[in-house]
This record gives sequence, C-alpha cells and structure tokens, in this order.
Amino acid sequence: MRKELEKYFRKDKLPHIWCPGCGHGIITGAVIRAIDNLKLEQNKICIVSGIGCSSRAPGYLNFNTLHTTHGRALAFATGIKMANPELKIIVLTGDGDCSAIGGNHFIHAARRNIDITTVVFNNSIYGMTSGQYSPMTPKGAFATTAPYGNIDRNFDLCKLAQAAGATYVARGTVYHVPQLIKLMEKALKHKGFSLIDVVDICPTYFGRRNKMGSPVVMMEKIREMSITARTAAKLPPEELSEKIVIGEFYEEQAPEYTEEYAKVMKKAQGGKLNE
Amino acid sequence: MDEKSIRISIDEKACKKCGLCIAFCPMKVYVSEGGKPIIVNQNACTNCKLCELRCPDYAIIVGGEDVE
Ligand code: SF4
Ligand code: SF4
Repeated sequence: MRKELEKYFRKDKLPHIWCPGCGHGIITGAVIRAIDNLKLEQNKICIVSGIGCSSRAPGYLNFNTLHTTHGRALAFATGIKMANPELKIIVLTGDGDCSAIGGNHFIHAARRNIDITTVVFNNSIYGMTSGQYSPMTPKGAFATTAPYGNIDRNFDLCKLAQAAGATYVARGTVYHVPQLIKLMEKALKHKGFSLIDVVDICPTYFGRRNKMGSPVVMMEKIREMSITARTAAKLPPEELSEKIVIGEFYEEQAPEYTEEYAKVMKKAQGGKLNE
Repeated sequence: MDEKSIRISIDEKACKKCGLCIAFCPMKVYVSEGGKPIIVNQNACTNCKLCELRCPDYAIIVGGEDVE
C-alpha cells in the first residue's frame, strides 16, 4: 500500500476478508483516495455501515466508524449527523442492505436532504449469506434463491434516489476507477444527500452462479455494458435494458436538513413560535 | 531496469491472485505466473496507475516517491 494512504487504514486488520477479485476492496480504495485528494480532516469523518460483506469496510478504516444493524446504516448516520453536524458522514452499504431492508431509511434520508454521502457497493447479490438475489439483481440472473432465473424487474437505485429528493446522484463502476474517484470527490464536497451507486463484482456468489468465470470476465462485462449518461439520453429505452449507464445524473442545491433544524433550535431557544 | 522506467512494486503477501492487474494493464506490463503478476515489460509502463487503482488488495504501487 502507498505510504500516504496507510494512515487511513487499520493496518493490523488487513488483509481484508473479501474474496480474490471482489470489487469491495476497489471501492473502499476509491473512497480513501477521494478523501485523501480532498485532504479532508480524518478526525472529522464518521464512516457508518449496515450488515453484509461490504459493510465490513469500516472495520478496516482508521476513522470514527460504526458498524450497525442490517439496513439501518442511514438511520444511525442520521442520528450522528443531527447530534454533530460538524462531522462528514459517509455511509458504506451493500445493494441488499440499502435497497431491501434499508429501503425506507434510504428514501427518507434522501427526502430530508441530510448531508450524508452514501456509497452503495452494488454487486447484485447478498454475498455474506451465500448468494440470495437482492432487489438489484438483474432480471434473468441466477441466485441461490433464483435457481431458474430472477423474475423481478430491474430496479434503478439512482432514479429512486432522485425521485425521493437526493441532491447529488451518480453511478460509477469498479472498472472505471479514476472516474469513480472523481464522482466520490464531487459527492463528498456536495452539501446534502449524495448517492454513488457503484456497479461492483462478486466473483464468488454472483460470478459462479451466473457462469461468468472470473473477476476478469466480470470486469470485461462491465466494460462492455457501460455507456455514459449522455449517450444513454439519445438511446430508446428498449436499448438501455442491457446497459449500465454511468456518470452524473442529478445535482441540485437545496436546504440541508441539519441546517434547517439548527434554525428551529434557534427559534425555540429564543422562545418564539411561528415567526 | 532502464533508468527512465517507472518503478512498480508488488506486495506478494497482499496479492490474492485475482488477475485484474494482468488483464487490464493497457500496456501489457504483466504476465501471470500461477495467478501472480510478474513484471515483464516494465519499460512500457506509462504510469497510468490503473493497476494500482484496480487492485482490490492494495498490493501494487506504481511510481511515486514512496516505493520501498
Ligand atoms: S490486482 Fe492485486 S490482488 Fe489482483 S493479481 Fe494484481 S496484485 Fe494481485
Ligand atoms: S501503471 Fe498503467 S501501464 Fe503501468 S503497469 Fe500499471 S496499468 Fe500498466
């Protein structure tokens, strides 16, 4: 590991438990590089996760960290941000954690536009519990709980985030790492709720079930399927179902939740209602 | 090694032999030896650092002052 990045890791906890070629290490590395590029104060950052393979990431990272309950990373993160708005809050979560059991927390964190950066390690599967399909598993893909192929329709987390009120929304992949780092920098600098949906690979459970062979083949597939948001805008919808659209989708400046709450506190402490 | 060539260090203990660095180096700097990357074409390295950024186990350092 590069010397200047060592301080961000709990080096005694490495090597991480992730499988060979698992994209989680790549995403975690991209988060750290974005933090380092922005020279954010390490002690002013709190990294929060839920449950799942990806949610183990904070355990390796030398920041204020919190490993919480399944799907509830954003609920805990909201509490931390409310209690100490000075902190920069980063939520690292998986596709199952975020979009299934944590779906409601996700909607409401986005709706409130609370200043939290959420990074979804979206490998289309529940890895930790051996490969059940998640809401992010593509239609037709195989999983231990979808041995005949998944019949659920494809679900776009970025569209959900935008509709719910998130003010920065982007998608990157573990293949396009320089771009991913840039997107993360943008998200971290953004005030309000930001989402980076990261198309990730699970060579062990998703890869084997879907006969994709190896991490290299899975990466090639991402490379083949990826198109930019700009190109996608020109294509008819039926051509998009087999594509991964990457880039920035939405950005807006809007009132941030803890700032609005601070105004309420000020009013209340001044003893004035309804002004 | 040629004087101009970029320094590359691989932490063999950290490497999990995933093959990503070998497969996606645009300059074909590595070959696989039992899954581990072996540097065979160091002079071709353009210091793009894609292998370093894509290594899931932080086993590669390309260029920079801090190569041990
Ligand atoms: S990308 Fe990293 S872990 Fe994978 S083979 Fe190369 S050095 Fe080893
Ligand atoms: S820095 Fe770029 S050119 Fe050099 S070995 Fe890595 S991927 Fe290849």
